[in-house]
Amino acid sequence: MKLPSLPVAVALIAIACPAAASGPFESTYTPLPSEPVMIQNATILTGTGTRLDTADVLMRNGVIEAVGQDLDVPEGVQVIDGTGRWITPGIIDNHSHLGVYPSPSIDAHSDGNEMTSPNTAEVWAEHSVWPQDPGFIRALEAGVTTLAVLPGSANLFGGRISTLRNVPGRGYQDMLFPDAPHGLKMACGENPKRVYGQGRRSAPMTRMGNVAGYRNAWIRAADYQRRLNEYQAEIEAGEEATPPTRDLQLETLAGVLRGEILVHNHCYRADEMLVMLDVAEEFGYSISSFHHAVESYKIADRLAEAGVCSSMWADWWGFKIEAWDGIRENAAIVEASGACAIIHSDSDVGIQRLNQEAAKALAAGQRAGLPVTPEIAIQWITLNPARSLGIDDRTGSIEAGKFADVVIWDRYPFSVYARPQVVFIDGARAYDVADPERQPRTDFELGLSAIGGAR
Amino acid sequence: MNRILLVCATLAALVAPPLAAETVAITGATVHTVTNQGVIEGATVVVRDGRIVAVGTDVRVPGGARVIDARGRMLTPGFFDAWSHIGIVEISGVSGTNDTGVDDTRLSASFNVADAINPRSALIPVNRIEGVTRTLVVPQARSHLIAGQALVMDLGGRPDSIVPGPAAIIVHLGERGSELSGGSRAAAMLRLREVLQDARDYGRNRSAYERGSRRDYAASRLDLEALQPLLAGRIPMVAAVNRASDIEALLRLQREFDLRVIVFGGAEAWVVADQLAAADVAVIVDPLTNLPGNFDMLAATDRNAARLHAAGVTVVFATADSHNARNLRQSAGNAVARGLPWDAALAAVTVNAARVLGLDDVGTIAVGQVADLVIWDADPFELSSWPEAVFIGGVQVPMTSRQTELRDRYLPRDRTLPHAY
Repeated sequence: MKLPSLPVAVALIAIACPAAASGPFESTYTPLPSEPVMIQNATILTGTGTRLDTADVLMRNGVIEAVGQDLDVPEGVQVIDGTGRWITPGIIDNHSHLGVYPSPSIDAHSDGNEMTSPNTAEVWAEHSVWPQDPGFIRALEAGVTTLAVLPGSANLFGGRISTLRNVPGRGYQDMLFPDAPHGLKMACGENPKRVYGQGRRSAPMTRMGNVAGYRNAWIRAADYQRRLNEYQAEIEAGEEATPPTRDLQLETLAGVLRGEILVHNHCYRADEMLVMLDVAEEFGYSISSFHHAVESYKIADRLAEAGVCSSMWADWWGFKIEAWDGIRENAAIVEASGACAIIHSDSDVGIQRLNQEAAKALAAGQRAGLPVTPEIAIQWITLNPARSLGIDDRTGSIEAGKFADVVIWDRYPFSVYARPQVVFIDGARAYDVADPERQPRTDFELGLSAIGGAR
Repeated sequence: MNRILLVCATLAALVAPPLAAETVAITGATVHTVTNQGVIEGATVVVRDGRIVAVGTDVRVPGGARVIDARGRMLTPGFFDAWSHIGIVEISGVSGTNDTGVDDTRLSASFNVADAINPRSALIPVNRIEGVTRTLVVPQARSHLIAGQALVMDLGGRPDSIVPGPAAIIVHLGERGSELSGGSRAAAMLRLREVLQDARDYGRNRSAYERGSRRDYAASRLDLEALQPLLAGRIPMVAAVNRASDIEALLRLQREFDLRVIVFGGAEAWVVADQLAAADVAVIVDPLTNLPGNFDMLAATDRNAARLHAAGVTVVFATADSHNARNLRQSAGNAVARGLPWDAALAAVTVNAARVLGLDDVGTIAVGQVADLVIWDADPFELSSWPEAVFIGGVQVPMTSRQTELRDRYLPRDRTLPHAY
């Protein structure tokens, strides 16, 4: 039996194995140094739909060791008095363009949309990430411990999405969430057809052109996967075989078809979401989450059946006609219908107050008489986005065994006045309002004191 | 029993809101007057013919007045968003619905959008049911650094909601002014100086101009006319500017032409707060702006409002988000969380906007003031609070909008027919 040559074998592994597991572009993330910590007597929203009063959290070796009332304090553990404080899981934003559309927002930094073709599944957003974006630190100060960085929505297929730990680094790989699956950004609706059809008189020009664009791409991807499968079978049978030529675009799409890459589909209108569900069904893949999903409330029952998350704003509307029907009760209606509800930001300003955005959606739902509570609403910005990113087994809730991604708030976290006091990532104080040595600033923020502008 | 009465009274007030001004007595509320009377617990506020006619704990309810029992509630003046396009845009991305700017370099200071404002805009109910009662409608600068005239409008949705006379002249400096002036912000200041000098000359020599015996001016006759109230100090120039050095350049211009000036944006205003205070220049800020969005804003901080206020600068809030002007109260809450005193934040969304724009009769709860009032069920800046009643010019607004109708249609319930029925 002839074995494939080493370069071919490496290429095969890269094609056939989960993208982030090995090889180049792997995570070099190292948790910050941490000490064992017990927070005592706090009010805890666990992210599992539960609120614990006068409760404790023990964090050691980067994980949550225990959560409950009257926990024993092991030796050598630093105790933080949580009286009057609220604890939540670290906030997770599953729709950010930090780093790819960083501050300052200038042409040279415009790296979020590879607007050269409606299908750029070959690009990876992480390759555009500038870790010196001050927006990352503003988000950290606001309690965001994990975020997904997405390509924009100019294209039918925008490129790969990556999940980052919100800890500063010199390269994006230092921030990459270890072994998190990649996502694929897709977009339906107005943007692709405006950029290409209206802007360049090229396909797609219509919504039907959008859909044909997805379907044609999936057909090619399915064919590519078939050739990969054939090659794999030939190798296993000991035959001489030539691998298919490596194709970055088809690699990404085939990864979706194999269930390894999670689809995040920007889509506003209810009817278009139903079409995208059918496209997914035709080619046998699942949509992890619709994004923006301004009209999810109109089809919440169908979304619940399909098991698809909706990542929404609390109240953005009216900037495009596909956003004309936005209502405040969107998230609550989705939740009340048994579907997965997520509040996302899509904004370097909004990411700094996801707790407030969730608060607005919670309040609107309660006013409308829907059965939503703070312990449910916290999931919209913690466990549910974690689930949509395929990392809910590791983070997103305060449960024993999960990463110690925890925020200590100075008060009820859904108050407009609430501020994080300490933000733990992997059990380390990534941000501490009382410790200047745990208040990072990126390179771009240096020099302001010299010009009289120190923050 | 009292609780039932309170609920019934509140519901009755909401169920049949009148279309005309009536005599209303709001009783028992914690009244935030935003004057040196401060907060009055359990006060009665009487509204008649669109104005507040009485405020106090010993006020007698007039016979025939509709009484709203507001015990346990907070009463504030209606909120004023000091920079929006409400009424001149429906869907931002649909150009036919967007009348905010013109591609015409001949039309600058004279660009007045009064004829474009739609008092039946869907944006108006959406925002007013959440307590926004008044706004400064501003034009966008598309082809000239002088964008045009800003108008004050209440959100009552009536033709007379619009005050047609200009409330301010809007100017864009900094990077935007540079873009509109050929590539340098120095050219923007030069052009501004030139047109102000020409407007001054025109104002003194109109008949000579009409006879054709004046030099050529840098602006059309309409634009030169439009600048006269600015030169006379009757209306302010609101300059959209962020960078500290550009604000200093603006202050030099202010002194040179003796103008009333207001800064909009002012991301770096805190850096020159003392100069702003000394020059009596107010700053309209979005308190949420804290990132260096461009090189004009490197020192942006969410402590801007608190620092300006501490230096004695009059701070005004705006969302610059027409569709969500209603989030003005969230912006105010954030400013409080970052060090601005609560009362200063309330002033920033009520009286300060009115006074810096020359409106003396709206923005506070005091006798003689226009009755723009909101009854809140709790702290208006808290995200769980909600307005229970909103009055604009003494007329209570229906608490419905296109969005409440969509909500009601799609709240989960059993149905046998499609939603459209």
